[in-house]
Amino acid sequence: MKLKSLAAAVCAAALATAAQAEMKVGMITTLSGGGAGLGIDVRDGFLLAIAQSGRDDVEVVIEDDQRKPELAVQAADKLIQSEKVDVMTGIIWSNLALAVAPAAAAQGKFYLSPNAGPSQLAGRGCHENYFNVSWQNDAFNEAAAVWANENGIENVFLMAPNYPAGQDMIAGFKRFFEGTVAAEVYTKLGQTDYAAEIAQMRASDADTIYFFLPGGMGISFMKQFAGSGVEKTVMGPAFSFDQGILGAIGEAALGVKNTAHWSKDLDVPGNAEFVASFTETFGRLPSLYAAQGFDTALLLLSAMEKADVKDADAFRAALREADFQSVRGDFAFGPNHHPVQDIYMREVVKEGDVVTNRVIGVAATDHTDAYAGDCKM
Amino acid sequence: MKREPLLNAAILLGLLLVPLWALWADAPFTITLATKVAILALAGVGLNIALGLGGLVSLGHATFFGIGGYAMGILASHAQSFVPLTEVPFLIEGTKSMPVIWLVAVVFSALAALAIGALSLRTSGVYFIMITLAFGQMFYYFAISWPAYGGEDGLSIYVRNGFPGLNTLDPIQFFAICYAILALVLFLAARLAASPFGLALGAARQNDERVQTVGMDSFRLRLVAFTISGAVTGLAGALFADLNRFVSPTMFSWQMSGEFIIFIILGGIGRLYGPVVGAALFIILEHFLGGLSDYWHIYLGAILLAVVLFARGGLIGALAGREVAHD
Amino acid sequence: MSTVLLIEQLLNGVQFGLMLFLMAAGLTLIFGVMGIINLAHGSLYMVGAFAAAGVAAATGSFTLALIASLAAAAAAGALVELTVIRRLYARDHLDQVLATFALILIFSEGTRWVFGSFPLFLDVPAALAGPVTLPGGIQYPLYRLFIIVAGLVVAAGLFLLISRTRIGIRIRAGEADREMIAALGVDISRLYTLVFALGAALAGLAGALVGAIQSVQVGMGEPVLILAFVVIVIGGIGSIRGAFVGALLVGLTDTLGRFLLPVIFRAFMDPSAATSAGSALASMLIYILMAAVLVARPTGLFGKA
Repeated sequence: MKLKSLAAAVCAAALATAAQAEMKVGMITTLSGGGAGLGIDVRDGFLLAIAQSGRDDVEVVIEDDQRKPELAVQAADKLIQSEKVDVMTGIIWSNLALAVAPAAAAQGKFYLSPNAGPSQLAGRGCHENYFNVSWQNDAFNEAAAVWANENGIENVFLMAPNYPAGQDMIAGFKRFFEGTVAAEVYTKLGQTDYAAEIAQMRASDADTIYFFLPGGMGISFMKQFAGSGVEKTVMGPAFSFDQGILGAIGEAALGVKNTAHWSKDLDVPGNAEFVASFTETFGRLPSLYAAQGFDTALLLLSAMEKADVKDADAFRAALREADFQSVRGDFAFGPNHHPVQDIYMREVVKEGDVVTNRVIGVAATDHTDAYAGDCKM
Repeated sequence: MKREPLLNAAILLGLLLVPLWALWADAPFTITLATKVAILALAGVGLNIALGLGGLVSLGHATFFGIGGYAMGILASHAQSFVPLTEVPFLIEGTKSMPVIWLVAVVFSALAALAIGALSLRTSGVYFIMITLAFGQMFYYFAISWPAYGGEDGLSIYVRNGFPGLNTLDPIQFFAICYAILALVLFLAARLAASPFGLALGAARQNDERVQTVGMDSFRLRLVAFTISGAVTGLAGALFADLNRFVSPTMFSWQMSGEFIIFIILGGIGRLYGPVVGAALFIILEHFLGGLSDYWHIYLGAILLAVVLFARGGLIGALAGREVAHD
Repeated sequence: MSTVLLIEQLLNGVQFGLMLFLMAAGLTLIFGVMGIINLAHGSLYMVGAFAAAGVAAATGSFTLALIASLAAAAAAGALVELTVIRRLYARDHLDQVLATFALILIFSEGTRWVFGSFPLFLDVPAALAGPVTLPGGIQYPLYRLFIIVAGLVVAAGLFLLISRTRIGIRIRAGEADREMIAALGVDISRLYTLVFALGAALAGLAGALVGAIQSVQVGMGEPVLILAFVVIVIGGIGSIRGAFVGALLVGLTDTLGRFLLPVIFRAFMDPSAATSAGSALASMLIYILMAAVLVARPTGLFGKA
């Protein structure tokens, strides 16, 4: 309970500023139901950065979307019509972002994506008011493919849920991978038993399993895979191996390679301080999502130093400069307002009793996405 | 004079006054919420034709809601991109005209309801609940994995569809459209309930054998009711998609079907205006409890439980007393 | 495709079916005896998994974790029966659906409130970890064999309980004529609490057993609930034998559909379209099976009219 009240104090510090707010931020994120862990991390990271900045003129209005796109759309209507926010952020899931962000940007609001980067918004659907502070959906997968090429991986078995984000992730990997694809399997969204797929993996001649299964699906698969005795290298984007999930998979995940733009042991200025202060405030290790929430707030604060949000052109220019010390190191925006950043290869290791990630190398340097060419701003 | 008709008039008037007040007070989001209430109430009124009148507990009405939504999404997205739906055997173009979309939504959801009803009505009781749920799940998984119209991402329509002579982007004008449709459907549903068809349907719900012995085919009665019910819910789906300018597979989810049932029970089973009250109460709870705590579902669950256990007639039952208008 | 792979997939189908049977047994028992549709069955499954994860983390013993899952789910079930379900026996299915739907909301968010929003850790015990080699050279996870055995034991136990014991006689009598056995001096409300707690305990045990190889998280019960309903509806609600057959049918259909449909579609489509269309159809397959069974036999395979 003590930790909860500390967290509440941080929130209150950020919220109790309604009087003379110079900046009103609308945050739509997932705070109840099964996917709530991610939204809570983004929110906590974001509010931590605001609190640490010491500014009392930022007001954050938070709405829960329950991971339902219809509710996210209505929350956006509320934030725009009634709360009259200046900037919006917070959405975790690609399908919700697609439903909300373009409309918000078209209505003159700035949208800063702290997670999710569907290809549509990076390419033809890009917008001058839409800034992605996390990654384009394909990025981790492309970087993983580059790393696989350089590390002697020749034959992969690909698996993802049968929905657009899953198909995008696999397409991203295949775009850069030079070896052979032994099989490509699409599972049911929300599937919990993977015995049939694991049997196919065992029977295939692939040397490596590459999969994208977010949330509980990844936990189930890793536990079952570990018990199956199939001995192949396992790789994937970071979403199935993040801090909030590793605790539930445990040692079954040890040795798995996963790509991410951030890791808690990353040696860049500000990162150790972020990890320490987050852990101290909330009583848990920060996840990727918490780091993204933190960075999103830093970006916002850096733009506020340079321009007034009421002057949209100046504020947009200030955002585009991305003049802040990201906890993931160098960070810049490409022409489509998506990140140009290094993507690291991490390995799941055990530190004492805690299963966590360690950076083992750079998978891609100054990585940018494949869609910028289609973007005409 | 019974109390229920007065209460019904008050409910309808209240749903009109709130957005008018919001217009005066410049609170556009309240108008949006009232529009949502009107649309969800319409879906509930549709389900209530099967459930309240016919005694058919369908846990699959989200199927028709989703079909209505996708009718809007598919037609409007084709109109937006100027790509015809098909050129063979003849050219079918997309459209951004609401009346046309409504017509398509009603026709296709009615056809789906006819087909699903014809299969499902062979069963009864719990089996009926579960087979309608199964059809809903089929559509849900199909919509998620079918890539042509966005899969799980859904479809965004950036500009609301048009209605001749009105500016549908203005919240109060779009509310007026939804409210008018709701009022019209309520009127027609009342006529339906009082018609020989409605009376026979009610009789079949209470005593099937008696209806059969006087030579009426209760299967056919139920099938017609189920089809009408699906069509109304499909129309609500098209409006809901237009409210959000967005459609996604969650419209097909079984939780959506569950919410429609909740509207009916919150308001009062067998009450024509029950879904209106139920939808309003649900939206109010969702809106205000959500602000109180991250764990607001606990309170929502407790309130629902209390209504089921202790207020059997729902809100209208509590206010209007025991008499039921339909029978 | 080799014969070994096909046999392994058949085994997987049977195993998945028995896993479903574990989840569905309590549900069908409760419906058969009391006529209650319990949507909160998935929540009791979740309670069992969380209790097991909590105890396993504190003690490190899987056996204690299983016992805790039984105890916690039975206690939660008894509590729910005494406070809520008891008032629903005379109600129609609609009220039962809504009340137990409300219970799902309370259980899910209550669990999240107590345990937090992140998935918990629960692992297979060391003694059951890893694969074994079956005759024919098939490598198969030992724990999945354990689930097969557990499913068969529960099935046999329930058959014996219903057909051979005094409680079983009362249960069957209660199904047939509630007033009569009350008149004969059987404390029917205590019997019902007991049966509901037993059904809940089965759900909790399933949660703990299956939770060890899946994700222990809030909301884990809902997909299971739907699957369990599919199983008992196919088998005929209230019939233990029906649930057993239904579970095997669903398990085999789902596993083989996932595996074979993309292969079949590849025969006449280009590979990527075949993969995606085959997977899409596979995800709808068990619902198609259920609708087909009900159209042919409106009360399920073993249901009473």
